[in-house]
Amino acid sequence: MSDFTPTEMMTIAAARALKNTDVCFVGIGAPSSACNIARLTHAPDVTLIYESGTIGTAPSVLPLSIGDGELCDTAVTTVSVPEMFRYWLQGGRVTVGFLGAAQIDRFGNINTTVIGDYDHPKTRLPGGGGAPEIASSCGEIFITLKQSRRAMVDKIDFFTSFGHGEGGDHRARLGIATKGPTLMVTDLAVWRTDPVTHEFTVVLLHPGVTREMVQAECGWTVRFADEVGETPTPTELELTTLRDLNARTKAAHSGTNTGDAA
Amino acid sequence: MAHFMTLPEAVAQNLNSGDTAAFEGFTHLIPHAAAHEALRQRIKDLTLVRMTPDLVYDQMIGMGAVRKLIFSYAGNPGVGLLRRLRDSVENGWPHRVEIEEHSHAAMANAYEAGAAGLPFAVLRGYKGAELARVNPNIKSVTCPFTGEVLAAVPAIRPDVTFIHAQKADRKGNVLIEGIVGVQKEAVLAAKRAVVTVEEIVDDLSAHPNACVLPGWTVSAICLVPGGAHPSYAHGYYPRDNASYIAWDRIAADRDTFLAWMKDNVLDARPEDFAGRISHLRSAA
Repeated sequence: MSDFTPTEMMTIAAARALKNTDVCFVGIGAPSSACNIARLTHAPDVTLIYESGTIGTAPSVLPLSIGDGELCDTAVTTVSVPEMFRYWLQGGRVTVGFLGAAQIDRFGNINTTVIGDYDHPKTRLPGGGGAPEIASSCGEIFITLKQSRRAMVDKIDFFTSFGHGEGGDHRARLGIATKGPTLMVTDLAVWRTDPVTHEFTVVLLHPGVTREMVQAECGWTVRFADEVGETPTPTELELTTLRDLNARTKAAHSGTNTGDAA
Repeated sequence: MAHFMTLPEAVAQNLNSGDTAAFEGFTHLIPHAAAHEALRQRIKDLTLVRMTPDLVYDQMIGMGAVRKLIFSYAGNPGVGLLRRLRDSVENGWPHRVEIEEHSHAAMANAYEAGAAGLPFAVLRGYKGAELARVNPNIKSVTCPFTGEVLAAVPAIRPDVTFIHAQKADRKGNVLIEGIVGVQKEAVLAAKRAVVTVEEIVDDLSAHPNACVLPGWTVSAICLVPGGAHPSYAHGYYPRDNASYIAWDRIAADRDTFLAWMKDNVLDARPEDFAGRISHLRSAA
């Protein structure tokens, strides 16, 4: 397959990171798309969990919210929200947390709270939701987002979810036993965290992408691995699975006419 | 003991200006009809609690009914930001709401502590998270057995909780099915609870382990078919995602917002919700 968009490459590369045996806490948006592509291709038995309490869900279309009814209809079980956060997340049952980010730094710290000062914000964002404890309680964290200098910044405005802090052993110093961010997949590259400094490092460039293109859309000085490879192009199965899923999703979400009231 | 009454009666008897109130629902079963009735009765100065304030709290904030918001995620899920909340926090229109911000884990634990009659909740949370710096209600406790330092937040004890549920039987026992969220905890944590339901039946036909609130835990029950719209009621009608998408445009402009609120809330009645879901039922 030669014809694909950067966003399609991002979703497919992110999907490949999930194993069939993973138990994954799924963030809405780009992570949800990647997790379901994994389930529909190489990882049919992956356990997908949404914070609304649905465990082992297998939706036929991507949910608009984390609590769409189909997540419950197709789940192995649906638990209450307190149980979800206490027994399943805090209890250490989740191997991977898959998150997006409004703003992120080179150490995988994420801001989804405010742009500007907390008390007088320029832009009030939705807030952390489940992310602060997803970031500390899951075995490891995968992140996926489209690159831009607005999103990938030298210094985030607010530490909503802790990644590797200022790098090095900062997590360990705070008594956090989990690995934290280990992988970031953007529309241009695949990044892994350095085992010592814990800074994101480009290990694969997507086909046709140059180092200059990655740097142009990133607000910090990008570090590249000693040997940078190329992301394998999407297979026909991956691409048709993703396009079919997106088409089903679009039809489902525009299928009901707008009611008189919201 | 649950009393059956109309929604206007239930709101008038159970919600006062200045109350701490939770209109709970986690994407599913959000009690829109009850919140709209509160706006029609011009109840003000509320401290609103909810894990996921979305459209209906955006509406209450934009109408100036809210003094303080206690929450963990304030967005239009899958669509974007809450524009009325942003206008309040960023520009002070119609006034600036006070913010007490938590994580989902902390809010869920705090409701559970409220239901359990405990003064606070304990969790392994907020590690490295900056919310602990800006919210004085996030503190820590040391485990007396292991020495581990854990996060502590005060229990949530609303004056009144409003929820929407699928059905009640004629004794007032309430059945909640599907994504049950935090509604059971929110009802048991509150001094008073009002439940709107899709239907009232002779027999709940509930599974032995179903989420049932006995009638004696509820203050009032109101029959309001469609009362969760544009949220959904599992088994009755699906989420009206198109309305959530449309809200982004309606809420973007103050005058458009006010005109919409007049037409669809202030000049409307609880009975109007049934008509708003009629086109959705076939898809449920």
